Amino acid sequence: MTLTTEALLLSVAMASAAGLVGAFAVMRRMALASDALSHVALPGIGLALAFHVHPVVGGIAALCLGALLIWSLEYRTRMSTETIIGVVFSAALAVGSMMATGEELLDALLGVPASLTRAEAALGVVAALGIIAFVLTQKERLVMALVSADLARTSGVRVAGLELAFLLAFALTVSLGLRYLGVLLMGSLIIIPAATAKHVARSLDGMLATSVVLAVISTVAGAALASRFQRSSGPVIIVIAAGMFFASLFLRRRR
Amino acid sequence: MANALEVEHLEVHFGEKRVLSDLSFEVRSGGALAIIGPNGAGKTVLFQALIGALRHGGSIRWAPGTRLGYVPQKLDIERDLPLTGVDFLRAKATIARAPLGDVDRMLSLVGLPLSSAREPIGTLSGGQFQRLLLAFALVARPNVLLFDEPTAGVDQLGEEGLYETIHRLQVEQGLTLLLISHELTIVYRYASAVLCLGRGRPCFGPPDEVLTSEIMAQAYGAPVRFHRHDAHD
Repeated sequence: MTLTTEALLLSVAMASAAGLVGAFAVMRRMALASDALSHVALPGIGLALAFHVHPVVGGIAALCLGALLIWSLEYRTRMSTETIIGVVFSAALAVGSMMATGEELLDALLGVPASLTRAEAALGVVAALGIIAFVLTQKERLVMALVSADLARTSGVRVAGLELAFLLAFALTVSLGLRYLGVLLMGSLIIIPAATAKHVARSLDGMLATSVVLAVISTVAGAALASRFQRSSGPVIIVIAAGMFFASLFLRRRR
Repeated sequence: MANALEVEHLEVHFGEKRVLSDLSFEVRSGGALAIIGPNGAGKTVLFQALIGALRHGGSIRWAPGTRLGYVPQKLDIERDLPLTGVDFLRAKATIARAPLGDVDRMLSLVGLPLSSAREPIGTLSGGQFQRLLLAFALVARPNVLLFDEPTAGVDQLGEEGLYETIHRLQVEQGLTLLLISHELTIVYRYASAVLCLGRGRPCFGPPDEVLTSEIMAQAYGAPVRFHRHDAHD
C-alpha cells in the first residue's frame, strides 16, 4: 500500500485509538484476553464472505456480539474475563475456520494490503475519533473501576455499563484495523505499545501519552518502511512495536 | 429522618450459602456504628450490600442526600501500575464535580505528604496507602463514611493516629461512621452503637450492652478479652 494522505490520516487516528484503548486494557490486566477477543471477528468475516457482504461489516457485528456475550457471561457467572474470553475465542476461531477457506482466513488474520476507498478511510477516521473521545471523557471513571469496582460504585460510577462500553470500544478499535492489519496484528497494535508505556510511565497521563505516541510511531514508520521495501505493512508495524517493547525492558533494567 | 441508615430484615445469599439473614439495625445521623464479629461472620459482605454491590433481600434505606465515602479493607494493586495517588484522587474529584483543591486539602487532612501522593500507588507503604484511601473517601465531602478494618497492615503507632484522625473528622464534620473493626478496645472508645455478627443471632445495641463477656463469647465461640475505657464518649 502506498502512503496516501487518507491512509496516513487513518493510520494515525487508528493508532491513537489503539494506544488509548490498549492503555486501559493493559492496566485492567486483560492483555491476553483482549488479544483473544480480536479473533472473535473471524466468524463474522467468514459469514460476510459467504453472503457477499463487506467483510468488515461482518467483523464489526461479530466483535460487538462477542463483547456483549463476554460481558453478560461475566456478570451472570462471575467467572474471570480471561476464562470466558479463552472459551469464546477458541469457539470463534473454530467456527471462523469452518466457514472461510484457507486463503481468506489468512487474509482476515494478517490483513490485506488493499487500497482503501475514500469513504472507508473517512468512516474509519470518524470511528477512531469517537473511540478517542470516549476514552478521554471517561478516563476518570475507567481508572476508578480498574482500581476497585466498589470504590467506583460509591463514587457514583455505573460499573457494569462502563465495562460494556469499554468492551464495545475495544471491539470497535479492533474493527478499525481489520482491513489494514488483520485480526491477529490489530490485537497486537492495541496491546504492545500500551505494555511498553506501562513499563516506562509513572503517571496516568504519562501512560496514555506514551502509549499513543508509540502506537502512532510504530504504525507510520511500519507503513513507510513496508511500502519502501514492498512488504505487507502489518507485520512490519508489529515488529517495530515489539522492538520498542524489548528496548523498554532493557532501559528499565538500566534505570 | 434522624437516622442516616435503616436496615430491615437484610438477607444475603451466595448460592446455597446464607451469609446474612434477618439483620435489622439503624444508624443515627452523626453516630458511629462499630461492626464486630469473628472472621467469616459477613462483616465485609454487609458493607458490600450497603454500597449496592450485592443483591440482597430485605431493605436498606439511606437518608436522602447521603454521600458515601468507602475505605475498603485492602485493594489488590499491581506494584507497577502507572497511576499516582494524585491521579486517583483527581479522578474522584472530577467524577463528583468537586473542586480539584479538595485533593490537596484532604491529603493534608489525613497527613499524607504531596510528594508521596505523586508516587505510583503500588509503591506506597501499607500505612501511606491507608491514608490515601481515607483521603479518597473524603474527596467530594461525604456525609457517611464506611471503614472496613482501616488499620489492617498498619503499625500500632500509625493505627492510633489513623483512628484519631477518623474520630476527629467525625466530630468536626458531623459525619456518620460505620466501622468494621477487630479492635474491641477501639470500638469501646469510639462507637455509639455496636452490631455484633457471628454465631447465633446478630446483636445490636449501645456498647455497654453488647460488649459483655457473655455476648462476645457467644459470637466468637470462645472467651474474648478486651479493655473497657471509662473515657468513652
